[in-house]
Amino acid sequence: MDDVSQRTIEIIAKAKNIPADSIKPETSFEEINIDSLDKINISFEVEEAFNIEIPDEALGSLKTVGDVVNGVKQLIEAKAAGSASAS
Amino acid sequence: MNRVVITGLGCVTPIGSSVAAFRESLFAGRTGISPIVNVADAPEGDPGVRYKQAAQIFDFDPAQHLDSGIATATNRNAQLAIVAARQAAEQAELLQHHAPGDIAIIMGCACGGRATEESEVKNLYTRNARAHPLTIVRTMSSSGASNISIDLKITGPTLDISTACASATHAIGLAFQMVRTGMSTAAICGGQEAPLSWGFYRAWDSMRVVSPTQCKPYAANRDGMTLGEGAAMLVIETFESAQARNATILGEIVGFGMSADANHITQPQAEGAAMAMRKAIADAGATPDDIGYINAHGTGTQANDATEAAAIHLVFGERGSQIPVSATKSLHGHSIGASGALEALATVIGLQDGRLPHTAGVDTPDAALNVDLIINEPRATGPTIALSNSLAFGGLNAVIALKTYTGK
Repeated sequence: MDDVSQRTIEIIAKAKNIPADSIKPETSFEEINIDSLDKINISFEVEEAFNIEIPDEALGSLKTVGDVVNGVKQLIEAKAAGSASAS
Repeated sequence: MNRVVITGLGCVTPIGSSVAAFRESLFAGRTGISPIVNVADAPEGDPGVRYKQAAQIFDFDPAQHLDSGIATATNRNAQLAIVAARQAAEQAELLQHHAPGDIAIIMGCACGGRATEESEVKNLYTRNARAHPLTIVRTMSSSGASNISIDLKITGPTLDISTACASATHAIGLAFQMVRTGMSTAAICGGQEAPLSWGFYRAWDSMRVVSPTQCKPYAANRDGMTLGEGAAMLVIETFESAQARNATILGEIVGFGMSADANHITQPQAEGAAMAMRKAIADAGATPDDIGYINAHGTGTQANDATEAAAIHLVFGERGSQIPVSATKSLHGHSIGASGALEALATVIGLQDGRLPHTAGVDTPDAALNVDLIINEPRATGPTIALSNSLAFGGLNAVIALKTYTGK
């Protein structure tokens, strides 16, 4: 598993106090009882870990662990592209 | 049980630091929401948050009202409280007609002296500095209540209630019950809050419930709340005591209802809010058909407004879409522990003047909420009973029922 996926899964696992190896990219929030408070907490931790900012409108569309991982990767790429074009 | 009437009002708010100024702004639809400026200790005064406006008070100078000893021992929340309480007590001639020990002071304040809290913690953590000797008394949530007692020399039951956004409504409701049962012959009740500090702004930013521009309660395009500060006070007393001295009666409190959602720490639930409204109506000896206006909690978030509208329909059935509703947070913002007091003030003024305040800044009410939202301008009303709702984080609900005083 790549580093971003691994770290994101570890953040989610820690937030829910469950083993990281019990979570797969296809795991839905519903399966692991992620509610609105968990979602906001996880988003914050992910933003801090990867130095990214998740737009408000993106939060509502996150339904699975994979959604979070893919979103994080996109934001990291977008940020890198933004820095590259600025320099 | 005693009838409980309102004989004094006072306020320091983003839309007026006197009741006359508040009234004028209320009916003109002039909001106190403006760009956030001069946040203490924040780089260039900018708190660095995604939202850009708040309901701030710009015309308050403690030095104009308080001697240096009191000013140094208080934070802004208590300072606002003292000044607003003085206005209400003066209008009611409170101390001329009630013994100090017979008067209660029941305040709502949830955040306490945040400015001192944050600056002292910053100094401690960054340079191991000594704490200012007045740190504790500046920061304690009861500071407002205590300082009103000291300022007006009132020795009756004095306390602060902290229930987040419902604090002041809980305070007014408790004071109402105390005067109704004769525990006190009069009370100063209301709330104060001055929470607009850097850390407070940032904490709310992380919750993602603050509008990037300004709150538009019950609107189709509502996108969050607007934070604010302020203080508002009511002097209440028994009808007999007011009548005996021919006092000008400004309104009447007729009921109070409370409940808890027992559901979620941030997401409200319609059944809980409905229970509090039903209890307020029943406590007033009224029926849902008697209610002619609802001053909504109306924060402007998707969750609150939808849930509150659902609660209105649960209580009122078919009439739920016909009772005039407005959300005055659109004018004065959400001052957390004080908000219920500012809304009670707006409701009392509206009933007294026979004009229900409107919800500013809303062009298109959300049709899905199916309420009769007052927009564009105030709406005329005859004498009626109104509900003022406060639905707080943690699912704590408080509703007061206010009635137009018609001379008897």
